[in-house]
Amino acid sequence: MEIYLDNSATTPLCKEARDAMLSAAEVSYGNPSAVHGKGIEAKTLLETARRQVASVVGASPREIRFSHSGTLANNTAIFGAAAANRRSGNRIVTTAVEHPSVARCMDALEQQGFEVIRLKPSDDGHFSVEDLFSAVNKNTILISAMLVNNETGAVNPVRQIADAVRQAGAPALIHVDAIQGFGKLPLKTDALKADLMTFSGHKVHAPKGVGALYIRKGVKIKNYIYGGGQEDNLFSGTEPVPAIAGFGAAAAALGNIDRSLERAERLRETMIENLSDVPGFRLNSPADALPYVINLSVTGIPSQVMINALSQKGIYVSAGSACKKGRRSEVLTAMGVPPAVIDSAIRVSLSRFTTEEDVLGFCAGVQEAAGKLRRKR
Amino acid sequence: MRPKKRMKEIILLKDGELALKGLNRSTFEDILIKNLRGRLSSLGEFSFFKSQSTIVAEPLTEDIDLDEAVRRIGKVFGIVGISRAAVCEKDIAAVTDMAWRYLAEELQNAKSFKVTAKRADKAFPLTSPEICDEVGGAILSHFPRLKVDVHDPAVTVSVEVRDKGVYIHGAQKPGAGGMPTGTGGRACLLISGGIDSPVAGYMLAKRGVKLTAVHFASPPYTSQLAEMKVHSLLGKVSEYAGRVNLFTVHFTAIQEAIRDYCPEEMFTVTMRRLMMRIASRIAEWQGCSALITGESLGQVASQTMQALRCTDAAATLPVFRPCIGMDKNEIVVISRLIDAFDISIQPYEDCCTVFTPRHPRTRPTLAYAEEIEALLPDEDAMIDEAVKTAKLLVIEAYGDNAE
Repeated sequence: MEIYLDNSATTPLCKEARDAMLSAAEVSYGNPSAVHGKGIEAKTLLETARRQVASVVGASPREIRFSHSGTLANNTAIFGAAAANRRSGNRIVTTAVEHPSVARCMDALEQQGFEVIRLKPSDDGHFSVEDLFSAVNKNTILISAMLVNNETGAVNPVRQIADAVRQAGAPALIHVDAIQGFGKLPLKTDALKADLMTFSGHKVHAPKGVGALYIRKGVKIKNYIYGGGQEDNLFSGTEPVPAIAGFGAAAAALGNIDRSLERAERLRETMIENLSDVPGFRLNSPADALPYVINLSVTGIPSQVMINALSQKGIYVSAGSACKKGRRSEVLTAMGVPPAVIDSAIRVSLSRFTTEEDVLGFCAGVQEAAGKLRRKR
Repeated sequence: MRPKKRMKEIILLKDGELALKGLNRSTFEDILIKNLRGRLSSLGEFSFFKSQSTIVAEPLTEDIDLDEAVRRIGKVFGIVGISRAAVCEKDIAAVTDMAWRYLAEELQNAKSFKVTAKRADKAFPLTSPEICDEVGGAILSHFPRLKVDVHDPAVTVSVEVRDKGVYIHGAQKPGAGGMPTGTGGRACLLISGGIDSPVAGYMLAKRGVKLTAVHFASPPYTSQLAEMKVHSLLGKVSEYAGRVNLFTVHFTAIQEAIRDYCPEEMFTVTMRRLMMRIASRIAEWQGCSALITGESLGQVASQTMQALRCTDAAATLPVFRPCIGMDKNEIVVISRLIDAFDISIQPYEDCCTVFTPRHPRTRPTLAYAEEIEALLPDEDAMIDEAVKTAKLLVIEAYGDNAE
């Protein structure tokens, strides 16, 4: 038995992606920059994938650029926007709980002399709109926030960012790291009013090694990788055509996102119901979080012990708190989760392929572990 | 760069303390050669022969990676010096020509040199001083900036005229020292995954001891990664100690019993006593004469003299603790030397940190430790089970070497 519930870390390849990859690697193996038939074949695959990814977020294909990872797309968006906009101001607004591929960029920009404001999460698990409005001033050149928090599934009110920018009269570009939301939330770039958005293939059943950056038409950012000028000069390096083709195919195979979301909602309810009588159980994710990401604790059993115990049974989840030694998750702390509960937090993340059987198997695994791992006397 | 044209090269190994061992010497050398053979076998075929206090390793095929061979030999105990030498026919013109060519790189960058010659084959027409004159002259003519300095030369060119040919070599590199592993009996190392125990294993292996290892795993409290870390650490130790048989003991039930039946302040000492009991059983079964631990006096609560007395009393074999008088810094120096440090500091829980008491008793008496241990129900059955279900894994640094 294998129950994989760590889909926010990465997902298994879907069949559509696999087929597209094989054909790209074995048949259309040319270099997309080549002008002969084999090159044109590969180039055609790239453009197909671009259309497929663009259509998931209601963007124009020309607004999608493929990168070699989500991290690279985030780095390019942030450094590229800061460099393009550096004459217009000095302030950058972000949140205190970004993924390292954003947070470390911000640290670097701070060292370069930018003033970086990091919005703290509120007790709902996302940044407060009030804080956002007071942080954005007319010197603000970039705002970068994740759409879905990777620890708890909390959804940030990113739609409000554009209003804050307008109100402050800021020259800011808006970047949204949508890696955890792509394919799971009905995203339309128009509605989010973002200038830049990041996606990653391997979170939606495409292979590792491909990401994408949405750049709204008319927005210019500076490249910081130098080379052959691929992908509008932003991501130089021969395009990983098989991975990109896989990403396109996986995007096209997503199906009805709303319906999958409702299913995930029901699975989450099933999980909570089945765990509610486990002593020490507590749901840490906010009620309005993305249902695919469920942060929970069986208080008293440390995260790593629970992970090991489930792993022995072929059930795979991850730690619920991306904590370094001696530092607990900032999100969970801000939400008022007590330290002992945080130390037991695990993150269960679903995909659209997760079945009710998987969820029930997981619950049984937790119940068994909870019974066995606790002190008897 | 050595010259491109393939000249025949061999490796000369000086054995150290072996020279002191009188009549045992031949046996010791045989063990050393067996160890060398094991360590080098995956690189290709070598022949080994003894000649005075030198062992000559001669590659039997041309494609053998001698750089890697020298690296591996540098970690074989019982050798104090290693030189890589060119083999030349017994003809003085050939010798003088090969000497400057073979050592050109070293000579190019040096300020001074001297030549030493040893003529074991007295049939060779030139005497040792005459060989030195010829070879030194040739070198000076090719490297006119070099000066001869017989007292403190930057490069010493050695010419050894032996039965099978003339060996020419430059500087001798230090070997690992110590005694050939296997000449000092066999002992059982308790290895945790920390910094100290691999160092302790290395230190005893250096004195000729062959190692068996015991690791205690407590899944799910400890992770699979912690076990893999122990495998990598022993891999490093094995580059020095040769093959190590690792027994991984499934320790969960015992730790849970200690947690459920013993007072918290005695968790660690009781756990250590049970580890000693289990390790003693495995050690005796495997023909070991001692246990080895990485304990260092006063480092943690279970390593006070009183606590060590309690753990010692549970062992049925002598317990060697080579790190006992060392500071952490001193242990780290050795850990880095054997390239284990970076592995040791990977952050996985090991069974010593599971159920760590908040306030451990630092000066337990033996009577109290025994009294606490007696609280465990079915202790003997648990120990039997742990010994019986221990998993064996053979750790060998270079894969297919057989010793």
